Amino acid sequence: MKCGVVVFPGSNCDHDVYHVWKHVLQQDATFLWHQDETVKDCDLVVLPGGFAYGDYLRAGALAALSPVMMAVKRHAAAGGLVLGICNGFQVLLEAGLLPGAMRRNASQRFVCADVWLRVERDDLPFTRGLRIGQLLRMPVAHAEGNYEDSPERLDALEAAGLVAFRYTSPAGELDPAWNPNGAARAIAGICNPERNVLGLMPHPERCAEEILGSTDGLAIFSGALATLRDLSPGSPGSPALPAAAVRVEVG
Amino acid sequence: MIARVTVYPRREILDPQGKAIRDALARVGFAGVEDVRAGKSFEIRLGLEDRDLALRQLREMCQRLLANLVVEDYAVEILHAEGGGRP
Repeated sequence: MKCGVVVFPGSNCDHDVYHVWKHVLQQDATFLWHQDETVKDCDLVVLPGGFAYGDYLRAGALAALSPVMMAVKRHAAAGGLVLGICNGFQVLLEAGLLPGAMRRNASQRFVCADVWLRVERDDLPFTRGLRIGQLLRMPVAHAEGNYEDSPERLDALEAAGLVAFRYTSPAGELDPAWNPNGAARAIAGICNPERNVLGLMPHPERCAEEILGSTDGLAIFSGALATLRDLSPGSPGSPALPAAAVRVEVG
Repeated sequence: MIARVTVYPRREILDPQGKAIRDALARVGFAGVEDVRAGKSFEIRLGLEDRDLALRQLREMCQRLLANLVVEDYAVEILHAEGGGRP
């Protein structure tokens, strides 16, 4: 299965995502340049973290209008999988692929820390290897992760079950002290109604190998891989998952 | 024609930057400052004669790019109807 990692000027987590897909999951991966007009033949498109276009105007605002994003929108509209991580999540919001917007962190500071995430959906293409209520430890590193929308639209988001992850205490409870950026309703990640587009502020690619201290993030990628395999049964060239990924899959 | 576009956080949304600035103003003696909204200002030179058309285009610029309407409001004004010099 082929993953396309979009590279905007200022992306800086692109190689980390590429590494996870290519070397940890042992799948085909390629980079997509921001001026590319197609996503080539990629099954999954990842918008990685960083500072696309220097975060000029607003984080993600200029990237959302780049040629590759028109292709990403077509890919998403056709049901293709799209994952936005951190700055990539901000780009998805600015592109209108996911609802809401990011404000500066309530603390006014760039926050770089490990956080606890509670899984709210276990039936998304990306979260099928997880279970509702499961806690994941993942790093965040951002200045604008303060998710915001009108109360009515937040209610609609919740009613539709589109919140995928929330920031919680280590015990899995909602607690402002464990919300790193002031995000409304402790929202850390959301999906679209069709469930094929996921955005989250934490960095699963930074915790996908034992050597990094945690493999909690790998499930996001291995979930996408399992989904893609289901979509194309009998697809050749899909070696068995390495041990670490299998453990997350069944965990 | 020279226009100014101002983009600022919506009133009902907490503006942490504005709050920090308000607190700093209070620290240097401006105790009467009740609220600050910190936003952005764009000076835009347009090769247009038609004022209504310019205002229409400026509003569309805000809706499509300059402002994020989920969290921001905007205002547009024409500073100089003629000429390309700085205001």
